Amino acid sequence: MSRNIIELEELTKKYGSVSVVDRLNLSIAKGEVFGLLGPNGAGKSTTILMMLGLIEPTSGRIMVCDIDSTRNPIEVKKIVGYLPEDVRFYDDLTGLENLIYTARLNHISVKEADQKARELLERVGMTEEADKKAGKYSRGMRQRLGLADVLIKDPHLIILDEPTLGIDPRGVMEFLELILKLKKEQELTVVLSSHNLHQVQKICNRVGLFVNGKLLAEGDISSLSQKLFSDETFIIEAGISLDSFDEADSLKVAKNMDMLLEKLKNIRGVISINVRDNVLRIGCSGDLSPAIAKIIIDSGAGLSFLHKKEYGLDEIYNRYFEGDANHE
Amino acid sequence: MNKMRIRSQQEKKLTHPFLVIVNKEISDHINSWRFIILIVIIGLTCFGSLYTALTNIGKVVETPGHNNSFLFLNLFTLSDGTMPSFVVFISFLGPLLGISLGFDAINSEQNRGTLSRIMAQPIHRDYLLNAKFLAALVVISIMFFALGFLVMGFGILTIGIPPTPEEFLRVVFFILVSILYVAFWLNLSILLSIQFRQTATSALACIAAWLFFTVFFHLIVNLISKANMPAETASAQQIIDYQKFVLNLLRIEPGRLYNEATTTLLMPTIHSLGPLSMEQIHGAIPGLLPLGQSIMLVWPQLTGLIAATTICFGLSYFSFMKKEIRSR
Repeated sequence: MSRNIIELEELTKKYGSVSVVDRLNLSIAKGEVFGLLGPNGAGKSTTILMMLGLIEPTSGRIMVCDIDSTRNPIEVKKIVGYLPEDVRFYDDLTGLENLIYTARLNHISVKEADQKARELLERVGMTEEADKKAGKYSRGMRQRLGLADVLIKDPHLIILDEPTLGIDPRGVMEFLELILKLKKEQELTVVLSSHNLHQVQKICNRVGLFVNGKLLAEGDISSLSQKLFSDETFIIEAGISLDSFDEADSLKVAKNMDMLLEKLKNIRGVISINVRDNVLRIGCSGDLSPAIAKIIIDSGAGLSFLHKKEYGLDEIYNRYFEGDANHE
Repeated sequence: MNKMRIRSQQEKKLTHPFLVIVNKEISDHINSWRFIILIVIIGLTCFGSLYTALTNIGKVVETPGHNNSFLFLNLFTLSDGTMPSFVVFISFLGPLLGISLGFDAINSEQNRGTLSRIMAQPIHRDYLLNAKFLAALVVISIMFFALGFLVMGFGILTIGIPPTPEEFLRVVFFILVSILYVAFWLNLSILLSIQFRQTATSALACIAAWLFFTVFFHLIVNLISKANMPAETASAQQIIDYQKFVLNLLRIEPGRLYNEATTTLLMPTIHSLGPLSMEQIHGAIPGLLPLGQSIMLVWPQLTGLIAATTICFGLSYFSFMKKEIRSR
């Protein structure tokens, strides 16, 4: 038994000539909370469905708990719980009945299923709604019931596809805490996909960044930012007001602006400058805010704010989108 | 040792997941409004036709030359022209019953988002499809047997003559053939429910197929047969060949096969379903066919129906196994 619960080797899925997942290599260790991060259509869901054997890969190998999920999906599905994106239940059954149905599909006897379902409903905080029809549940309730549904088979690994999509911020907080709590109680491995950086940041040990079916980078958040921004570790945003150039001639204003940018670029350590709506985004290797402030003020422009940022997932994400725009 | 025995006992008590699905599907059908409406329509029409048969059955007995044996079967076939007979009603409403129980089998699960959740459970993929088919078939069988036996019971009460064992067997065979016929439409609609994502589209496609066979198919056969009509001077052999050709064209329609099969089963006076020459008619010994011979006579029709049903099932099986299960 290897330490890794999921091993993907050169996993590829093509639709026609388009590769949705492209030669993906990934391993996820036991007990981890792993986040698959990426924009819509990056191939996250396809990868998840291939792990469960619901989609056949074009090539490559998937091992989940040392079982090949393409060849032997039933065995994999016995120990893996999957919460689909926007999970739905049978509307005319109650929450409890839905859980019992799932349990019985997993070879659990009716009596045991009933007991287990009630226990799980209590754990996800749905005891009061247990006997309501699932059709009347709100989205947040459905997600919590979904979590109970996933856990009823006592899985080793749970895979959650966009679990926080469409829940209000408070609900998201509670839901993520619930996942962490359950994970600790049952010693689970959790894989979750999301395009929301902050949520992933909060609970994941490790993150894989998906772009166009490729794993761009993987690791914890700090190592990710180091990989992507090896030299630019600081971002300084400066809001300038051009009114204080005090000149009616727009041509001259532009010229002053150019001069200012030129001067800023000449500071040692400045790597890149972006201008958008009178806000300068300056990437630099160290904290250069005093020097930058001085140059802006000397140039005659007004400095409305100066803001120092460290890299987070937002920047990682934006960085990807910039990269994407450059490609086109 | 003891532990193992307890375990095996527990396992024996467990309902197999396949039967769990069948259970749920049957209860879904029975609790649905759709089924209640259908059962009311079919029940009403059947009792309407039973009423006309009962009011006219006296005249049959009085008709000179009528062979009084198999009087009981007239309950199913007799009509006075105002109201179609039981057999005609079943051949008309049977397809609608099959279609309505199957047209949303798979795509409604997909639209409701429950398909991927069920497929993530450790069950074989064909369980769902087979269970849906079996559940609908069980429901139809129970309904048809109940109706058939009810009609027989009412018949015994009103005309006071119990059916002979052979009559009883003929009715049972008639019901079995009816179930087979509905199973064909059920499979066709399940196939279309896999092919089309929208339930409305698949329902419409099924109804279109049904309309085509009941209305347009005859028109088309008419056109073809008129175009190929042999000249008046043609030999007898040519005319017989032509008649056989037209008959075989008509037999492409499953409803035709069903009608031939059921009328032969319920009317022992029918000796042949193809064209007969005058000599053959004169040479025939007037009398009734025994049940075995009636079944032999419609064996090709039955085989055709079974083949059509199996083809539809095979196609749906194939396309469902190949289908990619996405969350929505």
